[in-house]
Amino acid sequence: MKPFTYERALSPAEAAASAARQPAARFIAGGTNLLDLMKLQIEVPPHLIDVNGLGLDGIEATSEGGLRIGALVRNTDLAADERVRRDYGVLARALLAGATGQLRNKATTAGNLLQRTRCPYFYDTAQPCNKRQPGSGCSAIGGITRQLAVIGASEACIATHPSDMAVAMRALDATVETVKADGVARHIPIAGFHRLPGETPHIETALEPGEFITAVTLPPPLGGQHFYRKVRDRASYAFALVSIAAVVQRDGTGRVALGGVAHRPWRVEAAEADLPRGAKPTMAAILDGARPTHDNAFKVTLAQRTLASVLAEAKG
Amino acid sequence: MKFDTPATTNPIDQLKVVGKPVDRIDGPLKTTGMAPYAYERHDVAPDQAYGHVLGAGIGKGRIAAMDTAVAKAAPGVLAVLTTLDMPRLEKGQMNTAFLFGGADIQHYHQAIAVVVAETFEQARDAAAMIQVRYVREPGRFDLAAEAPNAKLTSADSGEGSGAAHEERIGDFEAAFAQAPVTLDATYTTPDESHAMMEPHATIAAWEGDRLTVWTSNQMVAWGRRDLAKTLGIPAEKVRLDSPFVGGGFGGKLFLRADAVLAALGARTAGRPVKLALARPLMANNTTHRPATIQRIRIGAGRDGRITAIAHESLSGDLPDGQPETAVSQTKLLYAGANRLTAMRLAVLDLPEGNAMRAPGEAPGLMTLEVAMDEMAERLEMDPVEFRILNDTQEDPEHPGRRFSQRQLVRCLREGAERFGWNRRAAKPGGHREGRWLVGMGVAAGFRNNLVMASGARVRLDGGGGVTVETDMTDIGTGSYTIIAQTAAEMMGVPLEKVAVRLGDSSFPVSAGSGGQWGGNSSTAGVYAACMKLREAVAQRLGVNSAEASFVDGEVRAGNRVAPLGQAAGVDGLVAEDRIEYGDLAKRYQQSTFAGHFVEVGVDAATGETRVRRMLAVCAAGRILNPKSARSQVIGAMTMGVGAALMEELAVDKRHGFFVNHDLAGYEVPVHADIPHQDVVFLDEVDPISSPMKAKGVGELGICGVGAAVANAIHNATGVRVRDYPITLDKLLDRLPEVA
Amino acid sequence: MNGEVRDLAVDTRTTLLDALREHLQLTGSKKGCDHGQCGACTVMVDGRRIYSCLTLAVMHEGDEVTTIEGLGQPGNLHPMQAAFVKHDGYQCGYCTPGQICASVAMLEEIKAGMPSHATADLTAAPRLTPEEIRERMSGNICRCGAYSNIVDAITEVAGRQA
Repeated sequence: MKPFTYERALSPAEAAASAARQPAARFIAGGTNLLDLMKLQIEVPPHLIDVNGLGLDGIEATSEGGLRIGALVRNTDLAADERVRRDYGVLARALLAGATGQLRNKATTAGNLLQRTRCPYFYDTAQPCNKRQPGSGCSAIGGITRQLAVIGASEACIATHPSDMAVAMRALDATVETVKADGVARHIPIAGFHRLPGETPHIETALEPGEFITAVTLPPPLGGQHFYRKVRDRASYAFALVSIAAVVQRDGTGRVALGGVAHRPWRVEAAEADLPRGAKPTMAAILDGARPTHDNAFKVTLAQRTLASVLAEAKG
Repeated sequence: MKFDTPATTNPIDQLKVVGKPVDRIDGPLKTTGMAPYAYERHDVAPDQAYGHVLGAGIGKGRIAAMDTAVAKAAPGVLAVLTTLDMPRLEKGQMNTAFLFGGADIQHYHQAIAVVVAETFEQARDAAAMIQVRYVREPGRFDLAAEAPNAKLTSADSGEGSGAAHEERIGDFEAAFAQAPVTLDATYTTPDESHAMMEPHATIAAWEGDRLTVWTSNQMVAWGRRDLAKTLGIPAEKVRLDSPFVGGGFGGKLFLRADAVLAALGARTAGRPVKLALARPLMANNTTHRPATIQRIRIGAGRDGRITAIAHESLSGDLPDGQPETAVSQTKLLYAGANRLTAMRLAVLDLPEGNAMRAPGEAPGLMTLEVAMDEMAERLEMDPVEFRILNDTQEDPEHPGRRFSQRQLVRCLREGAERFGWNRRAAKPGGHREGRWLVGMGVAAGFRNNLVMASGARVRLDGGGGVTVETDMTDIGTGSYTIIAQTAAEMMGVPLEKVAVRLGDSSFPVSAGSGGQWGGNSSTAGVYAACMKLREAVAQRLGVNSAEASFVDGEVRAGNRVAPLGQAAGVDGLVAEDRIEYGDLAKRYQQSTFAGHFVEVGVDAATGETRVRRMLAVCAAGRILNPKSARSQVIGAMTMGVGAALMEELAVDKRHGFFVNHDLAGYEVPVHADIPHQDVVFLDEVDPISSPMKAKGVGELGICGVGAAVANAIHNATGVRVRDYPITLDKLLDRLPEVA
Repeated sequence: MNGEVRDLAVDTRTTLLDALREHLQLTGSKKGCDHGQCGACTVMVDGRRIYSCLTLAVMHEGDEVTTIEGLGQPGNLHPMQAAFVKHDGYQCGYCTPGQICASVAMLEEIKAGMPSHATADLTAAPRLTPEEIRERMSGNICRCGAYSNIVDAITEVAGRQA
């Protein structure tokens, strides 16, 4: 870990302003991902802005009938919130499928969205990685790829986004609220929040430098049955090979988002029209254009079979 | 004491303390965080500085240059020592890879520098400032690709199982060709990591030319000898202390870089140095269980009797390494007149392969016991009955040589009964519960019983207290407790009157912890010392030792009764002895046996396997403490589940390293993976083994478990996977269609 | 810190775990991986269990930290510590303080009605089943494999509390 200076910010505007003054600074909230990466010098911020004191830890109803989740709401508290459990089961389930009790007690809503990939080559600083060091190359391509992306990848990067929560957020059409370094607030639909790697895999989100997440807003409840199925080798404390967030209505229509397959939570709205016809056509459309490796081709089959299982459960 | 004739009745047979499921005497220390592990010894040496080890970033080649200027100038840095600062250090007797010195890189994350600084944060940061220029060389990283270059190689695992490079009995090929029912199958097991919870860690302090290391090591005497050899100093100048070991599983049998670099760092910095290997360094820097490719051929008559059995194993290691002795159990487990075992070793440039819990048998049984299941299926026989039919009561390679005890058949029968084996659907895929395809599997467990010379010193004090000192280690096995039980039984005192001190190289040399020999051998050493102490007590009290009984803190002989402490006098009474073994191990085959039963559910859609029930029925001599012995078995069963379902060091065959080198990437079982586990110990005493009449049990528990899981998956799904771990991707294409 | 106020001057980089182990010499909290991948460093901060290796000491000014040393001592064991001894819920002992801290906090989470991945009905209060305990304890790895015994120990303590 490189030495850094440390401050406790007292307001979102102050946090954003401080970040503007020191572009290489990082906000720290739960710290569960950032400190992990700092120990390996994958992240080397010279300055940390502790945002835990900003009071952004409330969950409130919106006038539209949805929920506004403070950026600092811990994963544990979000999953335990009665409204979330009742109306957004897919989100509660996704949160609870992620990490462990200890990590969820620290990890925040905003931090979860900003998790960085678990690609083992990203984590090994002796290996080239375009995320860590733009232009150095991708050592994962041609290497051990079982966990890595099957769709939306590029010649520069085949990493996946590790979050479970974000997959549910994507299915729910959440909106990310931010404040920019100049104090201007904006609303970013979750669909546009995470980026595909393209030629710039080190740029992972739509956030501008210094831009600060203040909340995530959920639209009014969708009703229907909520599912989050996370498939993994180990029964707990493991990242998804494939995960499926699904909201299925009584008439068989619904929404589906996938985790573990791409650089961002993967959802193809147009494919959802096929849901009443079953998992095969739906997943074929969702994963249309997938280019898996030899080692992770199973994820395509797995995604389809998992969706079939979810739909079977929805039918009862 | 020389043990060369079978044990007769002795004080242990009283079983007043031995054989009782007493709580561990070190339990209060461990559960309160007070047990001192190596890195935590703030008490032992003042002014400790922090070391941090840098590992090589290539798999094979050499270092052209290292620039340490920035690191040396970094805040708090006291010393930077690189591998270029010294010639290659001599290897310890037990080491395959070189640990430090010189420009050559033999394997990824080989230690190439140590930084010593005032604080941990400074040392870690400065280590990252060292600039290294490498010259890469092509390496041999792919076991299958190296198969044609592999050579027949014999080995002793050093942990109990051994085999000649090739052994032939009868005419295997002819018998196999004639057998009406045959199997010829190839199986693979992956590289596995010990992944013990406590990283390799050492505090080193010099006083003049004398070195003390507080470290985490299973084999104190080996560690001391090899540290001295590596540093080029006399062994008498080295003291090694390892009273608590946070798990080892074979990974801490040998000297590793932590001890060497703490010692070198301390010498360079002129301060005591503490360091631990960072977790992401461990998988590649230390040792691992090597991957194998195993071919098994079995031929049997239609009656199910095996007539021909062959087991050939290929594994790889660095130059001068040894093969994984995966064929050793096949020499002894089943009958059959025509036999072949062979081991081939390929030279690989991956990190050092070496012992991990039940080396040889663990991966060997993962394949042999699946092959047996496949044969039973071909013979349309129940797999339990097929095994029982082919049981042998003598060493099949040396007819006439008996097993000291062999209760495999009872293990299988009793296990089948308790597990409800008769409810198993004979036809695979025949049992479904909702989402889950449910199946049961069985495997035989087998692990040789090794005996090792072991010494101890016992001291009696005036209050009737007994202190045992031996360099034996407790790696979670319960050594503290069973040694205390042994001394209490021998001296006729309650357990609370016994103090046990372990792990210090200034104590008598013990068997150490490895190869499941530790429990039986170290307590036998304590038995020997206590016999001597009883002798001395009798002499002091002027009674005939043969007539003296040691009961309830008293010595009774004829009409005389004296408090035990009375014999101690003011200075106490000390006795030291060592158990040594004659040729009983040659005259009798000594092994331990188990029947492993597993029930799994396999998600019909996703192929996820979850273990639902587990039972092990074990026959392993006298059980010295059923509570801690049971824990050994459930722990090994858990590791067996890991091996079956998830554990694999993934080899990057381009660059030559284990890619998933941390505890997030290398998955071991968590709570949610493990159901309630049942363990049954059959009544057994084995007077051939030792005066304790006990045998090892710590490794038996893993032997066969993986195959039982694999066989259960087959029973659940009808899918046979011959490549471990059995992850869902290997099942998916062959599971039932989904809508 | 375990009921006492402690003043410390540390490097900003010092984790809560290293502050405990190296500065306060409270070595009961263990460093197994230093990356949030094992659970051996579990402590309670303001009653909640966290991994002390993934948080900075400077971020905990004024917080109440409870470590294994604060739960009980030899001769004065916390009921959970005693249950671990009785059920042999440990072997090498290195993950043990983390398991115990996690289990004490975990039972409070169930009492407070917090759901888990193993909770069938999200809108109902969670039940104290072996499946719930196993899922909730999965953030604490025991390579010795004492899981079955740990669950027995926790179940006994939970039963006594109920």
